[in-house]
Amino acid sequence: MEMLVEVENLAYSFGENRVLEDISFKIPKGKVIGLLGPSGAGKTTLVNILTGQLVPAGGAVKAWKERLVTGIMMDSFGLYERLTVWDNLKMFADIYQVSGDKIDKLLVRTELINAKKTVVGKLSKGMRNRVNFCRALLKDMDILYLDEPTSGLDPATTGKIHELVDEEKRAGTTIFLTTHNMHEAEKLCDSILLLNEGRIIEQGVPREICMKYNQDNSIEVALKDGSRRKFANSGENAEMLAQMMREGIIASIHSSEPDLEKVFLHLTGRKLNE
Amino acid sequence: MKHIITIIIKQLKDTLKNKTVLIQFVMLPALTVIMVNSIRLDGMPENFFVNLFASMYIGMAPLTCVSAIISEEKEKNTLRVLLMAEVTPWQYLLGIGSYVFGVCMLGGAVFGCLMENVTPGGRALFMAVMAAGIIVSIVVGAAIGVGCRNQMSATSVTVPVMMVFSFLPMLSVFNDKIEKIARFTYTEQIRILVGSLGGGGDYARSAAVILLNVAVFGIVFSVLYRKNAL
Repeated sequence: MEMLVEVENLAYSFGENRVLEDISFKIPKGKVIGLLGPSGAGKTTLVNILTGQLVPAGGAVKAWKERLVTGIMMDSFGLYERLTVWDNLKMFADIYQVSGDKIDKLLVRTELINAKKTVVGKLSKGMRNRVNFCRALLKDMDILYLDEPTSGLDPATTGKIHELVDEEKRAGTTIFLTTHNMHEAEKLCDSILLLNEGRIIEQGVPREICMKYNQDNSIEVALKDGSRRKFANSGENAEMLAQMMREGIIASIHSSEPDLEKVFLHLTGRKLNE
Repeated sequence: MKHIITIIIKQLKDTLKNKTVLIQFVMLPALTVIMVNSIRLDGMPENFFVNLFASMYIGMAPLTCVSAIISEEKEKNTLRVLLMAEVTPWQYLLGIGSYVFGVCMLGGAVFGCLMENVTPGGRALFMAVMAAGIIVSIVVGAAIGVGCRNQMSATSVTVPVMMVFSFLPMLSVFNDKIEKIARFTYTEQIRILVGSLGGGGDYARSAAVILLNVAVFGIVFSVLYRKNAL
């Protein structure tokens, strides 16, 4: 698999406070990599280093080519509030030498076309996020960095942003996404990095990570009478389950592997959204 | 060059909706138009209001506008986004500086038009003096903008600096001691130059003081830029 970015033993400090330590991972081309961690874990600092805004104290960031073209959607908006949506995007289109048609297409895609003449200061947070997303997609890029793209948004707007990210994913864009939302990470990412207190404590495919920490190895059955029963996931129970199914008393069957939240709690003793 | 033009266009659109900056550009030229056309006192020196307000304008408008623009962009993260979008710090500073210079020169032209009994050559010299003063003020404003993290801290630095440079020339007219201090400032030299457009001014001394001011504030700017970047 072709690697776009390779990070080796990265470290960063604010004064004497070690923010990132011994960070190593790879970003394969065309994949969505999620950086999952609680607030203050060092996610934004890592993105700032990857996007060249901060110089690491140690380690290296190796790119597939000398100058990667990056699109960035930051957690803080960085939009000109007195200018309209169109003016904000047109300015960056001029800098990137992109035509106005592309702005219109992006505005249609993000359902902002009717707000193109609205001053950004009058937009809701969700709409500003989408303007930010449009700006990140203006140029043809090698990699798209999304820093907490749905932080503080309502479920409907979050869903819209997820749709947009998913479209980019299907179009083959390499995406590096930071989030403290495990559902977002599970839904959108091919692979995740769990970051805690500046260190990567686990990385891999979300499903595989969950399976790895599946110590319970049991199956939970919800019965039609409302009760729930738990069985060890073993051959001995296969016949009993089959019998229950034949009797038609099972409402649903659930596997019991932990979700990313539980994995994180297991590894660190703290919750992701702390 | 394209990036610089983009910054200038952005700033033009923004200023039209930014009353704080807009008022700085318009206030003193408008006030001078009113004063010149409404107040005539016996024994009042020729071009008194133009002379007074032009030097105030130089010490006030470019300085406050540049520091306000840069500090606002830093505070609201727009500058960070620009610098990540292939715009270099120098392109940004040149774009903002050129814009403020252009608009302030329009204000300067208003003062130029209000001057009476001045030859076309004298008027051209006036504009050249205005240009020199505006450039020094832009450097001072840029130093403040670069040195401060946000608008609040920029304002707290800009106001006293701006008051020193814009009011010293006016106060120096009334007090000899203040005049002795004020003569080392570029705004005072501009007031002297504007007042002696008809001839008789010590142009070499004024030019030397203005150049010295450029050098000093240029050094301050470069030290702050190296320390804080953008």
